[in-house]
Amino acid sequence: MSKQYETVFIMTPVLSDDQMKEAVSKFEKYLLDKGAQILFSDNWGLRKLAYPIQKKSTGFYHLIEYIADGKIINDFEISFKRDERILRFLTVSLDKHAVAYSEKKRLARVAAQAAKSNV
Amino acid sequence: MASPGNSEIKYLTPIAVDIKKKKYCRFKKSGIKYIDYKDADFLLKFVNEQGKILPRRITGTSTKFQRKVAQAVKRARHLALMPYVADLLK
Repeated sequence: MSKQYETVFIMTPVLSDDQMKEAVSKFEKYLLDKGAQILFSDNWGLRKLAYPIQKKSTGFYHLIEYIADGKIINDFEISFKRDERILRFLTVSLDKHAVAYSEKKRLARVAAQAAKSNV
Repeated sequence: MASPGNSEIKYLTPIAVDIKKKKYCRFKKSGIKYIDYKDADFLLKFVNEQGKILPRRITGTSTKFQRKVAQAVKRARHLALMPYVADLLK
C-alpha cells in the first residue's frame, strides 16, 4: 500500500551549499532506490530556529514530498538518525485533505516559477 | 420635572452592556480542511504570548479542529518553527 508522505528535515548550518545539496540528493536517492516516487522537493534555505538545537541557532530546511510504501519509512528515518548533518526531521503521512492542500500549494509554486521564467 | 422620588439617572452615552458576540469556528466557516504545521505565522494565532496553545473557550474553534490545531502546533515546535517556551512572542 503506497501512501503520500512528507518529510521536513533540518541540516546543520556549517555545511556549504554544495555539501547541503549533496546531503539532500543522498536522501532523495535513497527514496528513489526504494521505489518511492518523489513529487516535490523544496529547499527553504537557511532559517532561524525558534530555539537552539545542538547549540545551533540556524539551519537549512528541506521538504520532500513523496509517495512510498509504508515499510520503507522506518529505514528512511533511521538513515536520518545516523546522519550527523541532520539536526531534526519529521515525517508525516498525509490524509486526503492534506494531499489536496499540498497539491494546491505545489501547483501554485510551479505556476509562480513558470511566470517568473516567462518574464 | 425632576421630582425627588423619581430620579432617573441619565447617561450621556449608553452604558456598554456586554452583548455576547457569538464565537465561531474559523475553520468551519472558511472551509479549511487541513491545518499546515509548516505555516508558523498562521499557527501564531492559536498560541498566547508564552507560546502556549489557547483553549477553545477563547478561540472558539470546534473540537475537531482544536485537535488539529494542537497537533500542528506540536509539529511546528518539533521542527523549531515555533518555540516551546517564549515570552513576548507577540
